[in-house]
Amino acid sequence: MKFTLSWLKDHLDTDATLEEICARLTAIGLEVEDVDDKAAYRPFVIARVVSAEQHPNADKLKVLMVDTGKGDPVQVVCGAPNARAGLVGAFVSPGTFVPGIGVTLAVGTIRGVESRGMMCSEKELEISDNHDGIIDLPADAPVGTSFAAYAGLDDPVIEINLTPNRPDCTSIYGIARDLAASGLGTLKAPKAPAFAVEGDTPVKVTLDLGGDDHLCPGFALRLVRGVRNGPSPKWMQQRLLAIGLRPINALVDITNYMTFDQGRPLHVFDAAKVKGDLVVRRAAEGETVLALDGREYTLTPANVVIADDSGVESIGGIMGGEHSGCDETTTDVLIESALWDPMNVARTGRAHGIITDARYRFERGVDPEYMVPGLERATELVLELCGGTPAALDVVGYKGHAPKVVDFPFSEVKRLTGLDVSAEESTDILTRLGFSVSGSGERVSVAVPSWRPDVDGKADLVEEVMRIHGVDNIRPAPLESHGAVNGRILTTLQIRTRLARRALAARGMLEAVTWSFIPKAHAELFGGGAPSLALSNPIAADMSDMRPSLLPGLLSAAQRNADKGYGDVALFEVSGTYESDRPEGQRRVAGGVRRGTAALAGAGRLWSNAAKGGGRPVDVYDAKADALAVLEACGLPMGNVQIEPGGPAWYHPGRSGTIRMGPKVVLGTFGEFHPKALAALDVSGALAGFEIYLDAMPEPKKKATRTKPALDLSPFQAVRRDFAFVVDKTVEAGAIVRAATGADRKLITAVNVFDVFEGASLGEGKKSVAIEVVIQPTDKTLTDEDFEALTARIVGNVVKTTGGTLRA
Amino acid sequence: MSDLDQLKQTLLDEIAGASDEAAIEAVRVAALGKKGSVSELLKTLGAMSAEERQTRGAAINALKTLVTEAIAERKAALREAAIAARLAAETVDVSLPVRASPAERGRIHPISQIVDEITAIFADMGFSIAEGPDIETDYYNFTALNFPEGHPAREMHDTFFLPPDEAGERKVLRTHTSPVQVRTMEAQKPPIRIIIPGKTYRQDSDATHSPMFHQVEGLVVDTRANVANMRWVLEEFCKAFFEVESVTMRFRPSFFPFTEPSFEVDIQCDRSSGPIVRFGEGTDWMEILGCGMVHPNVLRAGGLDPDVYQGFAWGMGLDRIAMLKYGMPDLRDFFNADVRWLSHYGFRPLDMPTLFGGLSA
Repeated sequence: MKFTLSWLKDHLDTDATLEEICARLTAIGLEVEDVDDKAAYRPFVIARVVSAEQHPNADKLKVLMVDTGKGDPVQVVCGAPNARAGLVGAFVSPGTFVPGIGVTLAVGTIRGVESRGMMCSEKELEISDNHDGIIDLPADAPVGTSFAAYAGLDDPVIEINLTPNRPDCTSIYGIARDLAASGLGTLKAPKAPAFAVEGDTPVKVTLDLGGDDHLCPGFALRLVRGVRNGPSPKWMQQRLLAIGLRPINALVDITNYMTFDQGRPLHVFDAAKVKGDLVVRRAAEGETVLALDGREYTLTPANVVIADDSGVESIGGIMGGEHSGCDETTTDVLIESALWDPMNVARTGRAHGIITDARYRFERGVDPEYMVPGLERATELVLELCGGTPAALDVVGYKGHAPKVVDFPFSEVKRLTGLDVSAEESTDILTRLGFSVSGSGERVSVAVPSWRPDVDGKADLVEEVMRIHGVDNIRPAPLESHGAVNGRILTTLQIRTRLARRALAARGMLEAVTWSFIPKAHAELFGGGAPSLALSNPIAADMSDMRPSLLPGLLSAAQRNADKGYGDVALFEVSGTYESDRPEGQRRVAGGVRRGTAALAGAGRLWSNAAKGGGRPVDVYDAKADALAVLEACGLPMGNVQIEPGGPAWYHPGRSGTIRMGPKVVLGTFGEFHPKALAALDVSGALAGFEIYLDAMPEPKKKATRTKPALDLSPFQAVRRDFAFVVDKTVEAGAIVRAATGADRKLITAVNVFDVFEGASLGEGKKSVAIEVVIQPTDKTLTDEDFEALTARIVGNVVKTTGGTLRA
Repeated sequence: MSDLDQLKQTLLDEIAGASDEAAIEAVRVAALGKKGSVSELLKTLGAMSAEERQTRGAAINALKTLVTEAIAERKAALREAAIAARLAAETVDVSLPVRASPAERGRIHPISQIVDEITAIFADMGFSIAEGPDIETDYYNFTALNFPEGHPAREMHDTFFLPPDEAGERKVLRTHTSPVQVRTMEAQKPPIRIIIPGKTYRQDSDATHSPMFHQVEGLVVDTRANVANMRWVLEEFCKAFFEVESVTMRFRPSFFPFTEPSFEVDIQCDRSSGPIVRFGEGTDWMEILGCGMVHPNVLRAGGLDPDVYQGFAWGMGLDRIAMLKYGMPDLRDFFNADVRWLSHYGFRPLDMPTLFGGLSA
């Protein structure tokens, strides 16, 4: 919402400066977004050409001596055809920025003659596009004074960022009312229109809305005969131009002026072009209208139109039609002032992509009680600017406005804001804003003015009192403390989310945040793509489906980095995936991907691993270590965690695993990827990844005490023994470890696999697995016999469960 | 020269000539071993007369002592030399690079770090963290928050929709974290003090708008919380978050459907030095958050009587305050997973924001 200072002062009697007005606007909720104080015009002064001689070296140039009202005349070289002695125009001296040509003027020498300034054209001052000659003012224009002040170009323009709840401040009058209420001046009462009417408006209006009368709760129309339509006066044109509107002709300019001055959108029909009577109705399906913006709109019954016998003449509350618009030939004009349903206007405007000043106001709510006064005021302006004879106005459908009444205890102000505002002051503020307060004592009845559809209840009145009294008067007051030391505030899942992040970052991985929506093909590939999780209005085709997994986004991100020359990347994300559109369908997942040689120790080649030919490509075991690190960080009892071979379809079937806890809980998956999945994602390189479902982890058991169990340290030396078994290639090392551990759960404290070897010497389909068994005696040093017995049990267990043999 | 002098000279020469520990040991055995030349002489002592023992005997003993010491000395020197030689041989080039520790390479995304910072601050004020689903119902995202059907404010949200279900209802991607306000009020009786960080979505994309972004919402509901308390909480938060001694904030009356009265809040700052914004100084204002008293209709939607319970709520862009504090120029980079950006703007895993250690110290 834009307006000029002088326009505001039409309605507000105030001595406040521009700065004070702007500060107050912001303070009462009408945020000033921009102020153009027209300072750029200040250096331009009115000056008289004392003499104009032919330039010695150029036919088309003249050398002027210019009286700027200060000191000796100044020499200016000028090419304007109308430059002559005695001309009074706009002069600017060197060092000034000239807005219309975007240049800072300098002292120049033109064909050997020095020029110490410029006489300006209208284009150079951005008044018009006229560049045919320099500005030619009446001879009595006061030399030496500000040109902008003389020409009315110094009127500061203020733009406020209006919140959608304030239709009353879509008018300059409404803004003045708010400022006056805040004590920054006095609101000027509008003059009652005084003109005589002659006869009736012959064009009749009917509302044909099939019972949906709320779509047009009122329609007022008046004919003014014998108008002379032409350009509107300069003051009106200047104001419209200042707020960015193009002057068209007086009748149209009046409607635009009223839209901003009073927040009252109007429409004018050329009565000669209206055929028959007017009807307000729903549009027929497929009915078209050529609107004033020159575009043709195809309408539906959801749209409300004003039509005559030849069809649609206007889209109600949004835009008039080209056909019956007013131009210089108009002599009889029909002025329409109507009310339209805000929601219908919003929907229609949105459906057709039409943004107009009328729609802006109607969808917020136009003051119903100003429908008729607005038409009277518009009539007055038409008579003033175009002459003519008004007919009596005709009002259809308007049933009057019943004000909302709010039961208001004054204490509500203190309760919600902490402000001490007396009942008297609250009453004063509300009254100045147009509310009427009745009753006495602590609870009063407050009637809401017709221009404030946003005010519904007590809290709204509190806001009115507070913003006018001044928000800055509210002193911060500490929030009551609940206790000296706050306890734990995070849930287990929140804690695990944080631990997972820090644990993975501590493993050298970079945390990424990738899009929650991914391409449909990627979603389908990773077990998603359900229709209920596909956006109806994605912002881009490749951001269409809610992700079922973090992996496609991370894999694509790894590839993007590789394409930029960073192929060894370790990325992770801890975030949501979506199994359904229900809250419980949103999972909390920690996922990660390593690419190239980005293993835990570090990526790329380093002299110290040169013997192995540089960086080793990442594999399933890197991903497994990451996955288990998340579980460990989250405090899961790792003894209960089982690893099963294989994972979902997007993994390499022989190089992936599923992490379970018991038969039901799947904690996660890890592995290298299926070549088909990688091809479908269009990614390549050594890649391994994992996902851990943080929300699948069971809550930790509640501990009765924080005390840790007593530590029983054995005084006897721990002993390590190595064994190697030859087993079938398909036998899992995990089975050997379990069998060895089972030989004596008390003495054996650890079993580590330290070598796995496959070779022809072992026979077809065989491998050797070497383990180190850590034996910790607890009550005595073991004898040779004890060791022999234990060794026999270890070998026996492994042989029995795996079918292998002890390697000689 | 006596035989003893002769032997002494021979032995001393041999000792001096021994080039390693094995050689000196051989000299020792040859002189002082069981059958050693000096040992053999010592054996003759028993057969000597007392007189002879005083002269020749003393000389033999002196020889033994001399040789023993000379051997020990030579042995020590040889050991030193051997160690020095070994150390010299073992010398490596310590300028060769080693790997940085994984914890030094890894990074926490700025969004996660900021959430931890905010959590540290609000935990100290007695708040807990609430979360809610990204895929919301129209009810929680709009209706329960007092957005009337068809209201322009609803249109301003650029909502992402999912397809209508059998009942014709369309789920939405939440356009703000505010739905969690009502979900929390439904689940928990006052007093309520929560903050709600999370992902939000709007159909919008440029340098400062992203179709996915992050907000943090705060909610206080009890029987007393008012605008004065809200001002205090937000000022304390901004001071702590931006780690400045004082901040000047400007509360401007504004409009949100779910609060009444509503405010937009500006923070005074210095923007004169280009993209770097300094808070706690300067003369510029920068909008930083929206807030207000919870609208009575929202309290009702949460099952609370607005004449008994009252409270305030606020919301701000997490990505935005991250950009303000840490200086990232473009929001879109947050979601590109460019490792150069993550390494540069990310945080080390051991940099845990705490109040006792300083949020970003």
